[in-house]
Amino acid sequence: MLEDHLISAAHLSRADIETVLDRAESVDSAGEAGHGSHDGRVLALCFFEPSTRTKMSFESAMKRLGGETIDMGSVESSSVKKGESLADTVRVIEGYADAIVLRHPSEGSAKLASQFVDVPLVNAGDGAGQHPSQTLLDLYTIRENAGLDDITVGIMGDLKYGRTVHSLAHALTNFDVRQHFVSPESLRLPRNVRYDLHEAGAQVREHTDLDEVLPELDVLYVTRIQRERFPEEREYRAVAGEYRIDNETLSDARDDLTVMHPLPRVDEIAPAVDETARAKYFEQAHNGVPVRMALLDILLGDEGGDRR
Amino acid sequence: MSDTEKELRVSKIRDGTVIDHVTGGQALNVLAILGIDGNGGETVSIGMNVPSDKLGRKDVVKVEGRELSQSEVDVLSLIAPEATINIIRDFEVIDKNRVERTASVTGILVCPNHNCITNADEPVRTEFEVFDDGVRCSYCGTIVREGDVAEHIDARGSGETAL
Ligand SMILES: [Zn+2]
Repeated sequence: MLEDHLISAAHLSRADIETVLDRAESVDSAGEAGHGSHDGRVLALCFFEPSTRTKMSFESAMKRLGGETIDMGSVESSSVKKGESLADTVRVIEGYADAIVLRHPSEGSAKLASQFVDVPLVNAGDGAGQHPSQTLLDLYTIRENAGLDDITVGIMGDLKYGRTVHSLAHALTNFDVRQHFVSPESLRLPRNVRYDLHEAGAQVREHTDLDEVLPELDVLYVTRIQRERFPEEREYRAVAGEYRIDNETLSDARDDLTVMHPLPRVDEIAPAVDETARAKYFEQAHNGVPVRMALLDILLGDEGGDRR
Repeated sequence: MSDTEKELRVSKIRDGTVIDHVTGGQALNVLAILGIDGNGGETVSIGMNVPSDKLGRKDVVKVEGRELSQSEVDVLSLIAPEATINIIRDFEVIDKNRVERTASVTGILVCPNHNCITNADEPVRTEFEVFDDGVRCSYCGTIVREGDVAEHIDARGSGETAL
């Protein structure tokens, strides 16, 4: 799977994941490993919806590998606005680049796009679907802090629309991980994700109350509950307030709890938590660069420039 | 004389297809799969909730001058897993087959997820993997349970249109 495209975390095997994480670790620790190895190669950044950080993270990764990036700019200024299909857009851009990173608001768009191109394509988020490169950096962070086997992970917040959650839950089924999902009833995991977890034989439980599981957790992965999911501000406030953590909420947690968040956060995690050893979300964001370097390195192949 | 023979005698067709042993109540959905709404001019006869030894109640659909494509048969297998398909030429049953469940169906179902890329104007056909109790969009992963499959048949009969 990894040799062609990265479309969905559901397609990643344990071996695939370990290959990327091991490579990322060597990039990270040696500092220089991988640097400059893709001199002159070009990565196209196709962001059909804005995501400055994911885009910058890929940009940074490619530049550190010695390559260049090109950017299709905002959708408003491109031919997409004129009604061009995604299939046509990526077929054109394929001619400009050695690999493509795609962020698109529709589910299944990365799979569709990958059918029309021969260069490697990385899904950087397709609607509420998948965000597998985020998952790889999440796994990297979990592995560094808690290990990836025999652990208990709590995932809290908007589990319905949160693509980072869907990708992570899929990927964790490759490991010996007990997964607890904490959300309001209206934002629980979608049926298809629950179905997959069940099929994979994952150890999964769902909760509406964090207190039920907090003391058992090695990792707590917090996501944002978005205002626009609720018809009324009042409803949003009531729900969001219950899924916010601070040091008091965490008083029952283990001392070595790893708190993660895909960022940006609004107020789901109180700033006071940042000062504690539990806070790993900035480290998590920084891990995006070595992990994406490793990923691009693998997808582009070892011999830099052989496609040109 | 079996039920099927009796049926065939009542209203024999010269050339076409008899779809027998359709799950009771699914006949109109069978027509939807075939893209038949009466405007195409085909001669169609339907028996609904006909007593059947095998199914208790079954539907029978006879379509004059029409044979089925594989993708139509594939979707048929989801809503009428017991169906038999009899191809009639010159009043004779020249071929009789049970439907078989396939691994996937292409081009006939519409994904119920409005945000799925297959509902945008892209040059691809829909594709659903078939599970024991439903189907799942190969693009966005949305699951449609077996009982709901008929609701998502593409009324325009896109299974017949080329890519
Ligand atoms: Zn779909």
